[in-house]
Amino acid sequence: MELRPEQGQSPVTEDLTTPATPWVTVVWNDPVNLMSYVTYVFQKHFGYEKKKAEKLMMEVHEDGRSAVSAGSREEMERDVQAMHGYGLWATLEKQE
Amino acid sequence: MSAFAYHRRGKQIAATFTGFEADLLRSLAAQLIELLHDESALPQEAIDPLEALLDFSGPTTEPEDPVLARLFPTAYTEDDEAAADFRRFTESTLREGKAAGAAAIVDALEEAGLPPELAEDGLMIDVELDRQAAETWLRSFTDLRLALATRLGIEEGDEDYWDQLSDEDPRGQVYGIYQWLGYLQETLVDSLIKAA
Repeated sequence: MELRPEQGQSPVTEDLTTPATPWVTVVWNDPVNLMSYVTYVFQKHFGYEKKKAEKLMMEVHEDGRSAVSAGSREEMERDVQAMHGYGLWATLEKQE
Repeated sequence: MSAFAYHRRGKQIAATFTGFEADLLRSLAAQLIELLHDESALPQEAIDPLEALLDFSGPTTEPEDPVLARLFPTAYTEDDEAAADFRRFTESTLREGKAAGAAAIVDALEEAGLPPELAEDGLMIDVELDRQAAETWLRSFTDLRLALATRLGIEEGDEDYWDQLSDEDPRGQVYGIYQWLGYLQETLVDSLIKAA
């Protein structure tokens, strides 16, 4: 795609590029939940492949937190509620 | 030690418990149900008396009991109002779901032959679960383990501390039960993966 910087950026374009999914569900590490269980929950609830579920689980385990899903605020509230149902410590926040 | 296993033939996930183990599981599940019903899930801050009477939809503040606070974490860390709304609309449903899950464990054990009062020595309880029931047990085991871990004060990487407690230390005994539930849960996850 050709860049035409001399035209500058129009406000309309900026509006269109605003992310449509500004919220994320964050799962936090806890000393109780089994790694196999957390992986299982990510596969089961989000329908993720085992590889992706394991990667997210390791992020939670090693970094202390991981953004496991993104979407509208309402969708993320449903995900957080589901995670609480599974006993995972989850919060939602605006995407950085 | 008892464990769950997937039986390909009958497509069931099964475990055999001693009467003592089944009785212990029932007692833990019953305690969880009691706790979930104990602290009333009602709005604690009444702004206006009429509004308070009409607002029976759910609690808005974090439960005081640390176990309940862990089972129902605050969903918004930087927005108290959104956190209160989220709690109002979700906590009662979550409480009912968790209580129903624990009750399903009690019912299944009793249907499998666990008497109201355990008297007989050598009693064995065979439990057979379909996928959906196994999922329910799996989630409820998490709640039970979270409850025990919160009461004990378990933290990341402190296994050595708990392992070196003497057999007479009641905390050591509770930790043993916590580990047993973890082992059962591990075999349950494994069985569910095989059943998929």
